[in-house]
Amino acid sequence: MKYVDEFRDPGKAASLIKRIEELARKIDLGQARPLHIMEVCGGHTHTIFRYGIKQMLPEAMELVHGPGCPVCVLPMGRVDDCVALAEHPEVIFATFGDAMRVPGSKKSLLQARAEGADVRMVYSPLDALDLARRHPAREVVFFGLGFETTMPSTALTLLQAEREGIRNFSLFCNHITIIPTIKAILESPDLELDGFIGPGHVSMIIGMQPYRFIAEQYQKPLVITGFEPLDILQGIWMVLKQLAEGRHEIENQYQRIVPEEGNRTAQDAVNRVFELREFFEWRGLGSIDHSGVRVRKEYAWYDAERRFSIPNLKIADPKACECGDVLKGIIKPRECKVFGTSCTPETPLGALMVSSEGACAAYYTYGRTEIAKPGV
Amino acid sequence: MSIPPAGKMERPRTIHGNNGRFSGKTVTLAHGGGGKAMRDLIQDMFVERFDNPALALMEDQARMDLRDLRAHGNRMAFTTDSFVVDPLFFPGGDIGTLAVNGTVNDLAMSGAIPLYLSCGFILEEGLPLEILERVAESMRLACKAAGVAIVTGDTKVVHRGSADKLFINTAGIGVIAEGVDIASYKARTGDVVLANGYLGDHGVAILNARGDLALETAIESDCQPLNGLVQAMLAACGTIHCLRDATRGGVAAVLNEIAQSAGLGIRLDEAAIPLRPEVRGVCEILGLDPLYLANEGKLLAVVPAEYADAVLKAMQSHPAGKDSACIGEVMDQPEGTVILKTGFGGQRIVDMLVGEQLPRIC
Repeated sequence: MKYVDEFRDPGKAASLIKRIEELARKIDLGQARPLHIMEVCGGHTHTIFRYGIKQMLPEAMELVHGPGCPVCVLPMGRVDDCVALAEHPEVIFATFGDAMRVPGSKKSLLQARAEGADVRMVYSPLDALDLARRHPAREVVFFGLGFETTMPSTALTLLQAEREGIRNFSLFCNHITIIPTIKAILESPDLELDGFIGPGHVSMIIGMQPYRFIAEQYQKPLVITGFEPLDILQGIWMVLKQLAEGRHEIENQYQRIVPEEGNRTAQDAVNRVFELREFFEWRGLGSIDHSGVRVRKEYAWYDAERRFSIPNLKIADPKACECGDVLKGIIKPRECKVFGTSCTPETPLGALMVSSEGACAAYYTYGRTEIAKPGV
Repeated sequence: MSIPPAGKMERPRTIHGNNGRFSGKTVTLAHGGGGKAMRDLIQDMFVERFDNPALALMEDQARMDLRDLRAHGNRMAFTTDSFVVDPLFFPGGDIGTLAVNGTVNDLAMSGAIPLYLSCGFILEEGLPLEILERVAESMRLACKAAGVAIVTGDTKVVHRGSADKLFINTAGIGVIAEGVDIASYKARTGDVVLANGYLGDHGVAILNARGDLALETAIESDCQPLNGLVQAMLAACGTIHCLRDATRGGVAAVLNEIAQSAGLGIRLDEAAIPLRPEVRGVCEILGLDPLYLANEGKLLAVVPAEYADAVLKAMQSHPAGKDSACIGEVMDQPEGTVILKTGFGGQRIVDMLVGEQLPRIC
């Protein structure tokens, strides 16, 4: 398939792996453990497991799977709020598919639907707006979820609703921002990370500037990287090259999509509609300052949190769950006490077991059994 | 293939003395009430259409002569399946073609020659009769194509809202020839895995027919009977080890079941798996894995390596298998696990799905 197969060429992969191996041998940061490179974004985690990239890499380096799966980091209390909203008899609750299975403290949206709530799966916020047009007597609540990648489409949908005077549409805003979270991880005292594969699609919106502090204050390299398997190998190679040369810079592997300044139009739409919350709760990581956005009061009519009464309770993560340490690269999923026993994709306890982009779910699904390194 | 006329009874000319057309335009509770309206519906909609002596008797059961069954083999295969697909009609088929082919294929996967089907309808009050007629006509054509007969049936009507338009249950009887012994546990190390063509078409056709995607693709369901193909394969190799149709859960579910049942590993070669570019495209856009998409006319066969070429050739020369390919092999390790050698050069586990496959957010 054109524009896809070019980025999955096994021959190019083999030569990149060879160059990665050469670099990994050269780098000596004077530490006893292997090099730890974090891929921040869940989309990267998905590609890494789907194409078996983990087994192709040299033993001198390990990938640490970061917090960039918006479905995984959604706290239980927010899922409970979704369920409460969906159970309003007049509400049609519109959500992306993979958020439906996330467990709340009592049930998931899938279970709520089975019990009679009107929960609909949509592929875009515009589909939700269309539901509002087609059901004028109902209240359509769109479950806005995701990082900067999905924020602009939510913002534009809300502006479209306003332009058309559609009044039976609102947004339950759970959009989160990636930068404060990377910062929180970097501030962690037991941090064991040497560099980052930066999120490609978030960067397409926000550009390169917001990452500069990572290089300047924390002296870590970050390479904004695309989502095809060759993108990821090249991104890894670029991080290793910086480490080998003693550099720490923000570089852009995904130049075909990510402009240096990001997408100004999208940024404007986001700024018009949203403002930073003082803090937002993350599953596995706790409360992080300025890590979420809410609807500005100018658009209060479209804010489900203002329009409906919701429980808004904080539900603590299960005690046994060690998602936070997995996220920071301190332990691997398999080293968690409950991995694969009481925490499985069927009955997830922790955030990372929830979505197929979560590190633990990916380990469980694709890597439960160690499989031999293939001949490259 | 010819079907013995079940019961070898003369078709009675008139049994009920009414050949009037059913009245009205929609299904009403009277159509399931046991009275004249029901009798007229059954006679005009089903008995005349499905046209066979056993059904025409309008008794409560079909009767079949054991000698006729015996002529085809020494064991009977018996299966049942229910069909609740939404939407009822989709490119490449409808609930009627599924209901016939689904049961025919379940029988065929034992190597059986499918012969007789039963058919139970659950109709929602208010269903347009024209829809029922379209579905019944599809079933007639599907039976003809598969060489089977619907010999007994049942019709129930439920209150509006108690069912979604139309549900169908079919059960089927077939006969397995002597010496044919196909089962999942019989896979052996060194066997090869064959597929009879492009995978995932049905899953994508249904997703698209639901209308949420607004994708302009011409993908049609692969719904087709596989009994003819299976007989051609058995003619090339009488000792096929495993046969499964890759319906719900797709290739991944079927191969996992075989691997677990045989206690062996299966290694798939991603580059060899036949996928249409349109199916790949939809999967790329939605973040779906084609190995989990449903098929309605695709089988996976595990055959001894020495017969692989002969079986593959037989498949490719049959209309239901012209795009057949060898997609993997059976290995002794890792036990009970399916592994995919990715086109990129890596390897990963192909697990069973936990629930339904949900599109990814970004």
